Amino acid sequence: MFMILGVPGPLLFGQVLLGLINGAFYAMLSLGLAVIFGMLNIINFAHGSFFMMGAFVSWMLLNYLGIGYFPSLILAPIIVGAIGILLEKTLISRLYKLDHLYGLLLTFGMSLVVNGLFRNYYGSSGMPYDIPGVLNGAQNLGFMYMPIYRGWVVVAALVVCLATWIAIEKTSLGARLRAATENAPMVQAFGVNVPRLVTLTFGGGVALAAFAGVLAAPIYSVNPNMGDNFINTVFAVVVIGGMGSIIGSVITGFGLGVIEGLTKVFYPQASATVVFLVMVIVLLARPRGLFGRMV
Amino acid sequence: MTISRRSLLGSAAAAGFGATLPMALPLRRARAAAKPVIKIGVLNDMSGPYQNTGGQTSVICTRQAVEEFNAQGFDVQVISADHQNKPDLAVSITRQWFDRDGVDLLLDVPTSSVALAVQPVVKEKNKVYINSGAASAELTGTACSPNFIHWTYDTYMLARSTGGAMVEAGGDTWYFLTADYAFGKQLQSDTTALIKKAHGKVLGSSPYPFPGTTDFSSFLVQAQSSGAKVLGLANAGNDTVNSIKQAQEFGVTKSMKLAALLMFITDVHALGLKTAQGLNLTESYYWDLNDRTRAFTKRVLPKTPKNMPNMDHAGCYSGALHYLKTVQAMGAAAAKADGRATIARMKAMEVDDDCFGKTTIREDGRHLTPAYLFQVKTPAESKGPWDYYKLVKSTPPDQAYRPLADGHCPFVKA
Repeated sequence: MFMILGVPGPLLFGQVLLGLINGAFYAMLSLGLAVIFGMLNIINFAHGSFFMMGAFVSWMLLNYLGIGYFPSLILAPIIVGAIGILLEKTLISRLYKLDHLYGLLLTFGMSLVVNGLFRNYYGSSGMPYDIPGVLNGAQNLGFMYMPIYRGWVVVAALVVCLATWIAIEKTSLGARLRAATENAPMVQAFGVNVPRLVTLTFGGGVALAAFAGVLAAPIYSVNPNMGDNFINTVFAVVVIGGMGSIIGSVITGFGLGVIEGLTKVFYPQASATVVFLVMVIVLLARPRGLFGRMV
Repeated sequence: MTISRRSLLGSAAAAGFGATLPMALPLRRARAAAKPVIKIGVLNDMSGPYQNTGGQTSVICTRQAVEEFNAQGFDVQVISADHQNKPDLAVSITRQWFDRDGVDLLLDVPTSSVALAVQPVVKEKNKVYINSGAASAELTGTACSPNFIHWTYDTYMLARSTGGAMVEAGGDTWYFLTADYAFGKQLQSDTTALIKKAHGKVLGSSPYPFPGTTDFSSFLVQAQSSGAKVLGLANAGNDTVNSIKQAQEFGVTKSMKLAALLMFITDVHALGLKTAQGLNLTESYYWDLNDRTRAFTKRVLPKTPKNMPNMDHAGCYSGALHYLKTVQAMGAAAAKADGRATIARMKAMEVDDDCFGKTTIREDGRHLTPAYLFQVKTPAESKGPWDYYKLVKSTPPDQAYRPLADGHCPFVKA
């Protein structure tokens, strides 16, 4: 068996692969955050709660209505996205003209309330959600045992990230959205309904978080705090990638997943902090983030 | 909530206040007459990985004890707070409780790092401290205190019962997945001592950051490649639940046996029998153990329908009840004035309640309970909700815990 830095090579490959899987969640969550921040200038601290709601809605669909995993992948993001739109319309839209800080505090408060409500009704122990039959089982890759479901998560995440990027950078709807970010009154003058565009963008960002939540449900138990574990790291990902940069958040998400995975082999105690270490270095060397535009 | 602590913009810190404010939950309104009030403060994790093993259910079980005891001659109040697994926060809440709120008994306090941090505060203020939730055997070892009783279980007892059973069954090579703080380290070292005594070997370990780790796949793959026969889980609560789930997903269970060194019935519930079946674990209490435990469960369950009391919760009930009996016996005023004397009196009195039966408290503050080694039932064997355990072996109280002399508790004269 060949060794890399005193660690067996196959073990290292395994860790890179596992890093990519975690990176898939970071990428999807930071993508939603980046879209919302880039287009709406809202620092959405409730993102973790929407992620959690995605997992919970898929659990409810299964247990109350008997709707399985694959329909949930479509339905849960739509339902949670609609809830996001409702919150945007009633609460968040009032804060666009104010400092970022107000949006941050509002969404932070919202996440406390939402998590508290779920904790109250469903307890905190977590509900089991089974891996769908077709994705069950594992594949022996020689260097490690790869659960098929985790492979599926990476593929699904890549597809969704790519689709989002295309929608924003390559379609006429995306062009209008980007224009509205640059100069809203001008775009409005051309007859585009900017507030509706903004609302839909928020809904879209929230739906991305919910989608990640559905993907996460079979891996982690569905519980009211599942978003909290991710949100800190995901914010670091967004900062490292460059606030508002879509492609940046995706690449950084996967990249940091791998860095974190490798840290777990060489010095596991630091695996929770390594992301923030990278953030500090990036902020010192390149404050606008790796992929951020000059402000 | 952990968000505020690490918020990137720093500005969210202000919003975190709400989560740290202790909630006052008076059991009864103080009457106009100047009856002495005995105050019990339940301090535990209400929102993190241990909120289920302790949390609100501990408060409910404490109140159950107060209700059943029905104190004459003094009033009893129960208050509670969330220590968020932060030793510094716990110390400041404890000081506030003693100095401002007049708390007499500090109860539960899971998370060993926190449990150890408040120990000197209780001693300094000469109050009473009954720990049910934390595991570290250090609490009655070198860190022992004359103001302290360790009620429900400890790392030595778990290592001996669950670890011992694994070693006996031929598990002589181990890899540890360890929560990297006082508890995990202690549990790993207690189990390691036992493995070495039986001429087994520890091939490696992954100490992972606590709290905040939810993905254990990297560590599991490392464990698998170590070639060890047993994967020792030196962790608790949601961490244990997640690591067992993921161990199955990554096929670790095909080549290794799992030893969940600390696992509660609430964790088995979260895993589901399909995943948890066959696991060996140790608790000092189980609701379906005998007529008395069933009677207790019947009384308390309507108040906590979503969470069946586990040994930590039962320990809060039992500890609070014994404390109240002692207060009654020595007089509320005397008990309030001197925590050390109250503890000494508690040690002298026999403990008797529905959860643990008749038990005693040792000189160093170790409450001696039996240790029950259980095996989790298969879905077919389980007859109803929460019917999860088969009793495999029970270790009597005098053998379950570390011998008094081996603890090196400074105030115990050999």
